[in-house]
Amino acid sequence: MVVAVEADLGNLHRYAGHDQPDDDLLRTCVHCGMCLPTCPTYRLTGQEMSSPRGRLWLMKSVADGRLDLLDPIFDEQMYQCLNCRACEAVCPSGVHYGPLVEAARSQLEQHRPRPFWQRATRKVAMGWLFGDGRRLRAAVAGLRLYQRSGLAALLRRSGALKLAGMEELEAMLPPVSRRSLVPGAEHWSSPEPVRAVRLFNGCVMGTVFADTNRAAARVMARNGASVDLPVGQQCCGALHVHAGMMDEARTLARANIDAFEATGDDAIVVTAAGCGAALKEYGYLLKDDAVYADRAARFSARVRDVTEHLAETDLVPPTVPVDRVVTYQEPCHLVHAQRIAVQPRKLLSAVPGLRLVEMRESSLCCGSAGIYNLIRKEMAEDLGDRKVRHVMETPATEVVTANPGCAMQLRASLRRNGSRVKVRHIVEILDEAYGGKQNIDSDGSARAGAERVG
Amino acid sequence: MDHAGLVQRLERILGPGGVFHRPGDLLVYEYDGSVDGAVDTARPAAVALPTTTEQVAAVVKLANEAGLPVVARGAGTGLSGGAVAQQGGIIISLTRMDRILEIDREDRTALVEPGVINLELSETALPEGFFFAPDPSSQKACTVGGNVAENSGGPHCLKYGVTTNHVLGLEVVLPDGRVVWTGGRAPGGSGYDLTAAMVGSEGMLGIVTKALVRLTPQPESVVVLLAAFGDMDAASHAVSGIIAAGIVPAALEMMDALTIEAVEPAYHAGYPMDAGAVLLIELDGPTGDVRETADEVSTLCRQAGATEVRTASEKAERDLLWKGRKMALAAMGRLAPNYYLHDTVVPRSKLPATLRRVGEVSKEYDLPIANVFHAGDGNLHPLMLFDRRRKGSVERVLEASHDLLHYCVEVGGALSGEHGIGTEKRDYMTLVFTADDLAAMAGVKNSFDPRGCFNPEKLFPKGYMCGEVRALRAQAMAQKLGIYAL
Repeated sequence: MVVAVEADLGNLHRYAGHDQPDDDLLRTCVHCGMCLPTCPTYRLTGQEMSSPRGRLWLMKSVADGRLDLLDPIFDEQMYQCLNCRACEAVCPSGVHYGPLVEAARSQLEQHRPRPFWQRATRKVAMGWLFGDGRRLRAAVAGLRLYQRSGLAALLRRSGALKLAGMEELEAMLPPVSRRSLVPGAEHWSSPEPVRAVRLFNGCVMGTVFADTNRAAARVMARNGASVDLPVGQQCCGALHVHAGMMDEARTLARANIDAFEATGDDAIVVTAAGCGAALKEYGYLLKDDAVYADRAARFSARVRDVTEHLAETDLVPPTVPVDRVVTYQEPCHLVHAQRIAVQPRKLLSAVPGLRLVEMRESSLCCGSAGIYNLIRKEMAEDLGDRKVRHVMETPATEVVTANPGCAMQLRASLRRNGSRVKVRHIVEILDEAYGGKQNIDSDGSARAGAERVG
Repeated sequence: MDHAGLVQRLERILGPGGVFHRPGDLLVYEYDGSVDGAVDTARPAAVALPTTTEQVAAVVKLANEAGLPVVARGAGTGLSGGAVAQQGGIIISLTRMDRILEIDREDRTALVEPGVINLELSETALPEGFFFAPDPSSQKACTVGGNVAENSGGPHCLKYGVTTNHVLGLEVVLPDGRVVWTGGRAPGGSGYDLTAAMVGSEGMLGIVTKALVRLTPQPESVVVLLAAFGDMDAASHAVSGIIAAGIVPAALEMMDALTIEAVEPAYHAGYPMDAGAVLLIELDGPTGDVRETADEVSTLCRQAGATEVRTASEKAERDLLWKGRKMALAAMGRLAPNYYLHDTVVPRSKLPATLRRVGEVSKEYDLPIANVFHAGDGNLHPLMLFDRRRKGSVERVLEASHDLLHYCVEVGGALSGEHGIGTEKRDYMTLVFTADDLAAMAGVKNSFDPRGCFNPEKLFPKGYMCGEVRALRAQAMAQKLGIYAL
């Protein structure tokens, strides 16, 4: 009789140390399978191990001593997952999948030997570079110089990028904003502010997309807010949590909590869906930290995505027509992790002249998923192509999103498929409809009647 | 053939990406949607993921050669263990055969591969003005192939009928690897109705590789009524009243207080939290008729003691009311880590008494039981909630189940309305069927699958097929040899 080769379960590695997948969370899964069709990797592969239910079963199997923590399939599947959380949003039993897969990754990072160069790269890129805003700004300044000096064009023409395998990475990068946004250096205000907003800068948003953050600040200033960026804030740590680097993530979280604590209960507004989701989960991330647990929960309660915040306010109707057709790509960490789906559409519908045409599968992951598109190129490209197909079925000339990772992935995917569709952040569209920098003084204050430009 | 040899042969048929064989990979194919109930898990020797009918046939032939069982699998949402390889062997997962090949407006049919998701077929047919009527609660995930195998039902089957009423023809790989077509586009047809034999055969007679299904026109108008009652008795009387008045709702569903407790916080469907039971009544048809019938149903509910009746005609409103119902089963994870779901059917007249019996069993065994079911056709879904980790809980659930099933059969009911028998209810088959009844079924099985290699350990009571099939085979042999007096 033919039987499968049983694994040697005598000496298997089990969960140990900090950040183990929570057993009670794990057991809320009743294995009904409702999550399957919403999972991008299951959709592409049709295989059970690439589904949320399959991955939860693998996690449970490690907990039960039926699968080795270091079995290659465990690593493969925990990292093939995009952590897009689409499964979570449809789960009838309310399984908190995100924290489970993040804990599983943390277990892998703690117990699985990685080659030296991988450890070093992670340490430098994730720990050192993203660990401090100044270092990142310096690095992005170099990038800016590269793009503007003509070196980029030269390298692209010469084919050197292709040779170095950097072509894809380079294609993702939008023109870097002229100046990074430095906390404490700029602020915006309505003439008579009715609320104070504390803008969370973020690492990529505050540098590469600094002008998008400025656009968001202007839009909020036109809607009765004073906007500033508390000093001392850092990267949100989402990339670290997703990579199982919990210690690094917690260090960043504590720094952010310290930085925003002096501003009372003012809303902390975020322009990146990925950061917003991570900030809203600080309470969970630091739940076992005696000093920070309560403060983290209070911090998380203040966090709002910029679309969520604007939709909560009595929006001043924008008046400058934007006569274009757009389609909306939902960032996973907005629609699934934060369940924000109505607000962005509501805001877009307030823009005069703008026509929103929905694409198919607007809430299916585009394949960005933080740095996923760099480490799982093939799967990410398949998802990117699928997304572009759906965009191109619509008459839209622009695809609107609300997260830097999505923006970069969409940009690269559209280019690869020869599409001229542009990628925009939702606040850029709104800012345009409010007249951009018109009636905004150079010091950031909106003049009286600034909402009535155009 | 050893394991490595088997894998090599499979990879030659399917390519390396179409075969799983490492222990870790096989781990996730040891369960289906039934795993938290009373079905044991079992690991296959290998999993094949074909993309064509020819590949399915080749895998089946290889299994024959290797003497291995074959188990077909769709999305693995089944509730009776139908997709679990109880004797190991090869699982053929049909998820990569997921194309809708054709939608024919004139003939109102669709030709699909087995891995097409039920709801996506309806969504694709929607712009043409059609839908695929069988709508099991798992329709967002489950596949048409699985629906055919289990003869799936759903809320709307009250009016439109279950899967068998919507299948016109099938392309099937038989247990010896031959490929045949049953049925066809033209109505009627001659010879044995093999399509009907295949539908509901639980993967034991053949593997469906294409299905020609009927599409149903969208009704002009749809209304959903939500009626709340103080207890299930009053709700049951309303059900009897509606049916007695000659009304055929598109769906008529009941949920009890425990179900509302699980569902409402999750979906905010708008079910009153203080109700003892609610009915969801969907009416469809021409606008005028629907309006009239809705008034009539509303009056009947109030006469039966409804504390509140709400009418939803907008799609968003209706969808929300339905969402709570469709997600009810899976939302039970909010109340307990494990559940065991039954699928018994009783004559409609016995509904109130049966529900009372369910309540008694719940008390006797100190076991919370939620009720969410197709009241219109008497198809009960008592859900027993428990925690597997607590000692003796599984035994208690099984004993309570035994009591309940006995009762349902005594009042003239059936074991399963739509989930299939599988491994889960196989040992209860003798409650309903005589030895001769079962022998007749075994005869059908034997003529399609004399080797017993397609989905073993299903449907027939434990140990039945071995003895029975052997006897039948001996009989056949005897006949061939001209020895009749055995």
